[in-house]
Amino acid sequence: MEPMAGEWTSAAHSMGTTIMAVEYNGGVILGADSRTTTGVYVANRASDKITQLTDNVYLCRSGSAADTQVVSDYVRYFLNQHTIQLGREATVKTAATLVKELAYQNKSFLQAGMIVAGWDKYDGGSVYAVPLGGTLLRLPFATGGSGSSYLYGFLDQAWRPQMSKDEAERFVVKSIALAIARDGASGGVVRTVTVNEHGVERNFFAGDKLPLFHEEIPPGRNSLLA
Amino acid sequence: MSSIGTGYDLSVTTFSPDGRVFQIEYATKAVDNSGTVVGIKCKDGVVLGVEKLIPSKMLLEGSNRRIHAVHKHAGMAVAGLAADGRQIVARARSEASQYLSFYGEDIPIKELCDRVARYVHLCTLYWWLRPFGSATILGGYDRDGPQLYMIEPSGVAYRYFGAAIGKGRQAAKTAIEKLKLSEMTCREGIIAVAKIIYEVHDEAKDKAFELELSWVCDESNKQHQRVPADLLEEAKAAAKAAKDALDEDEGMDAD
Repeated sequence: MEPMAGEWTSAAHSMGTTIMAVEYNGGVILGADSRTTTGVYVANRASDKITQLTDNVYLCRSGSAADTQVVSDYVRYFLNQHTIQLGREATVKTAATLVKELAYQNKSFLQAGMIVAGWDKYDGGSVYAVPLGGTLLRLPFATGGSGSSYLYGFLDQAWRPQMSKDEAERFVVKSIALAIARDGASGGVVRTVTVNEHGVERNFFAGDKLPLFHEEIPPGRNSLLA
Repeated sequence: MSSIGTGYDLSVTTFSPDGRVFQIEYATKAVDNSGTVVGIKCKDGVVLGVEKLIPSKMLLEGSNRRIHAVHKHAGMAVAGLAADGRQIVARARSEASQYLSFYGEDIPIKELCDRVARYVHLCTLYWWLRPFGSATILGGYDRDGPQLYMIEPSGVAYRYFGAAIGKGRQAAKTAIEKLKLSEMTCREGIIAVAKIIYEVHDEAKDKAFELELSWVCDESNKQHQRVPADLLEEAKAAAKAAKDALDEDEGMDAD
């Protein structure tokens, strides 16, 4: 009776989510899971939570999918005009400030935890966290979403400054995979976006490409299939 | 060059048959009759100088400033109607401050100039407003280096290496053109500007004047500030000496 017309039929799309961004030697890497839920129903198991704001700045979205989509649309619009007026590409700081302004001024209406990260020629790679409430905080690395709770201890111990691009990407993929392993609202694939002076690179890690942890069974042959 | 636009000059929203807006031209006359203002862009910064005419001995020295700070990294020197100039500066300050609030960064000087020019021009579009009777020289230092702009009462604004407005502008422009600005540092620039101001000051027509100097350069840490007192005195002394030498020469030539 309950599953017929449950809460999930009318619940808002929420991104349970694990998102993160890290600065590395030469740029930034953004990473996210791909699960979008309405209640306990997985509305989209392969969503893209890393959105482009400009050529050189990207945004990780967590919380209400609608809220973060609208915020990112507004910021993209403002930045586009700003770039034309300025005659050069916008800085990551400017993008982050605009996101913060929307988040703070509309805090009672929004449920949006976001991470702005990108590369510009003045500050190099930068990561800015804009959590619920609209704080703006520049950090060497940041995480957000329901899955981030499971990562704080790991990141405190494992993060190092000035990682290489490959090290940093492995670090991000491992972190998101750890969160997916424990957080029911996070899952699917791990998407990463690398931004540096040479441009942008998107990557995608699914299933057997993700690292395994304690008591996790490797894919392929296992007792259930045998 | 100038003519009376009888009948076509009553409103800023009226064009004359030859395509001029006389009210704006009259506003420019207010600027042309004020004390000279000079700005130069040196290789490491911008120097602004004002010949501040003192109408009365009762005025306290240093009052009625003509050079105003707009933001940490930018300043404006004003010529023409002082009260109008104050409004323009107030607007520039507001634009700079709002930009910082909204975008999280200091306003680029070009953007600041565009905003001020747009505002000045706005006031030439409506019959219930009058044009500003002042021109401003904006000097600043941002990520693209030091820059100098001038905004006229018509709302037109250009970027300059050297600019001069006010009574002695013709003579000042000639003197600026002789300078090798691309090789000059601001330290040398303040002496040059002081010399120019003293040179163009007409002692017969105007009585006393006070020299106001400001700069924004590497030495001032890219911040706009009044030239430090010791350097100001040095510049004044050099300018006075140069002027006296010039007067002596002129005296001899007259024979």
